[in-house]
Amino acid sequence: MEKDGSELASISNPLWLNAEITYKCPLHCVFCYNPVDYTRYGQELATEDWLRVFREARALGAVQLGLSGGEPLTRDDLEIMVREASGLGYYVNLITSGIGLNEKRIAAFKEGGLDQIQLSFQDSTRELNDFLSSTRTFELKSKVARLIKQYDYPMVLNVVLHRLNIDHVGQILEMAEVMGAEHVELANTQYYGWAFVNREHLLPSREQLERAEEVTNTFRARVGNAMKVYFVVPDYYADRPKKCVNGWGTTFLNVASDGVALPCHEARMLPGLSFPNVRDHDLRWIWHESPAFNAYRGVGWMKQPCRSCPERFKDFGGCRCQAYLLTGDAANADPVCSLSPHHGRVTTVVEKAQLPGERVPVRPLLFRGDRNSRQLSQ
Amino acid sequence: MSEPRLPLPPDAPIELLRQFRLQWEPAQQCYVLLYPEGMVQLRGGAGEIMKRVDGQASLHGIVADLQRAFPGADLRADVVDFLEVAHGKGWIRAGQHQ
Repeated sequence: MEKDGSELASISNPLWLNAEITYKCPLHCVFCYNPVDYTRYGQELATEDWLRVFREARALGAVQLGLSGGEPLTRDDLEIMVREASGLGYYVNLITSGIGLNEKRIAAFKEGGLDQIQLSFQDSTRELNDFLSSTRTFELKSKVARLIKQYDYPMVLNVVLHRLNIDHVGQILEMAEVMGAEHVELANTQYYGWAFVNREHLLPSREQLERAEEVTNTFRARVGNAMKVYFVVPDYYADRPKKCVNGWGTTFLNVASDGVALPCHEARMLPGLSFPNVRDHDLRWIWHESPAFNAYRGVGWMKQPCRSCPERFKDFGGCRCQAYLLTGDAANADPVCSLSPHHGRVTTVVEKAQLPGERVPVRPLLFRGDRNSRQLSQ
Repeated sequence: MSEPRLPLPPDAPIELLRQFRLQWEPAQQCYVLLYPEGMVQLRGGAGEIMKRVDGQASLHGIVADLQRAFPGADLRADVVDFLEVAHGKGWIRAGQHQ
């Protein structure tokens, strides 16, 4: 069906394409945001399909490309993807644990036009890094960090923070300084996927959080512009929700390894929506026309209290996935909001997190992995 | 609201830090400054200034070039203003070697 220009014009261009090119990963991180049932998903897209996705998204206006996963380095056609994407004019970001990166590959990425490598660490200590990822990878990651420097890439470190490592924030920043990092993202865990399952183990106390922010601010004041440090607060401690993915279907386009297109990493969990696959539709149709991408665009879908809230254009009611996870209905206000009638579901969890460290958790810490995924898929 | 600014020497070449890239985006009809996982849209005058940051031109040179391109307006204060804010944000720096 033809749409007139004015209606199309009201939908903004996607600016950011996130390509989750595989769900394979050598790590088993307890806070992974990948879906817990990833083992259920079908075959990964072939190289040619990915290159077509890159071209179509670029034509729609996307300019940032995230090559992510899982661990994107597990695909041996990553070099081809980097070269094609760079030629199309993307700023190409490789989001990696570093496992699988060697000198031959980084040289090929450099030559192919890769713009930056974001390297994740789980902690500043070998013991906790290796425990949290259930691997022995700390030394390997340190080697990769040196390779990144050697190939004159900006050093961008990402460390996911949570109850088990947040007290090490000072050491983490010192490690980043020693490595010569230019950007450091201290991203508090967001509670989706595996992190949601492990939430009770991972949510820090208010005191831990305040201390970590204080340490971060002192460090910032010392290093100035030499290092940009981003501190992403956990939204459970906020009283207004985040403007999730900058608004549903406004900016962010995620394509999962099996070709399913999503307005965010997590949306596949939402019931009642059928997310289109890039094998069946072109991205223009998916972005502009598909019912799933239009489901929560704008404010028309809102219920109270969002519908009449003066802040509804500021945060679009927060995160649909969080609303669904915590209230059972994706059209409810994100319960992080203190105006939500379900706000108590967040505060109960937060209050529990204030109890001293040695609580007896209801269930053991669950590592991301195929066996656990198959169990959680049932 | 005023942004933190950092002065720049008038005669040193100005360059983009290496993690930044400036490019024209037809879909957005403006220049954009790209960096790890982020983007700033530079509309109108901001784009005109930034596209002259090429690792060679100095603050003086950029002002003079803009005056030639847009004669009749006194642009100096606005250009210095913008470049000092860009410096404060860590997008650009004075070149190490002249």
